Amino acid sequence: MLPGPDGKVGTVVVERQGTRQVLDAPYAASHVRSDGSLQASRISEQETAQSFGATLAALPARPTVFLLYFLTGKDELTPESTSDLDKILADMKARPVPDIVVTGHTDTVGSAEANDKLSMQRAERVKGFLTGIGIPADRIQVAGRGERELLVPTADNIDEPRNRRTEINVR
Amino acid sequence: MRWIFTALLSAFAAVALANDIGQVKVTKGEVHVERDGARIPAAVGMPIRQADRLVTGADGTVGVTFADNSLLSVGPNSALAVDRFSFDASTHEGKFDASLQKGTLAVISGKMVKQSPEAMKIRTPASILGVRGTEFVVKVADPGT
Repeated sequence: MLPGPDGKVGTVVVERQGTRQVLDAPYAASHVRSDGSLQASRISEQETAQSFGATLAALPARPTVFLLYFLTGKDELTPESTSDLDKILADMKARPVPDIVVTGHTDTVGSAEANDKLSMQRAERVKGFLTGIGIPADRIQVAGRGERELLVPTADNIDEPRNRRTEINVR
Repeated sequence: MRWIFTALLSAFAAVALANDIGQVKVTKGEVHVERDGARIPAAVGMPIRQADRLVTGADGTVGVTFADNSLLSVGPNSALAVDRFSFDASTHEGKFDASLQKGTLAVISGKMVKQSPEAMKIRTPASILGVRGTEFVVKVADPGT
């Protein structure tokens, strides 16, 4: 078992002929002995690197979600998101054949129909940034969710900057 | 006539997409995908399907992403069969069965395991691993060592 980027460790249950071992600690390991029985053990970080270094180096980049925020009623980024953009685009560019889903959202100011349109414009705007750095358009799906999926739940006609966003899911 | 041809093409495209469960994102050295009795050299961008077998040579490694965001990588001198994969993007329910027949494997589990623990199972010649999360490695020792 390997710790994740946040240091947390998951759980794997190893089964062999009716016996089971639960592995849920960092570097916990299970070894099948030559007589077929399971032996609880640990694998050192060094041993992990030695036996699995090449394998681990081939893991694809982790799927990530990025958020970009927009000015009220517009498909223009906030100044903060404008300064985040370069870093986000650099991550996208580093991924070979990325699978990207861009989903636009709005706050609850304005009609549902207008917000559907605005959320799609926001998603298309972000798609434009991505194709602008050379990512093929056919690797990017876009959707506009309007005001259906509020990040911060609010009543109707509430100006909420955190809801005026576009989510970029990349794998 | 052209219209019919286009309609047929998009039907094939839809079928191809439905069968694609993952994609090769990383390859190094000698890597093949065995599919329907054919042995296809793996390349970045190649779709992966259920029943594919990933086979690497002494210098080969390959990394694959799957539809539920599971990540797998296979080390040198290895063989991994993707026995079964299904995933519902709405409910995040799914099944992922793979068999490491030889060599090494690294796994970062994805959305289906988050939704239902042990939705993913990895078989080795000696054991079955029920995956509740998240990052781990597996090695099948060479016979005779």
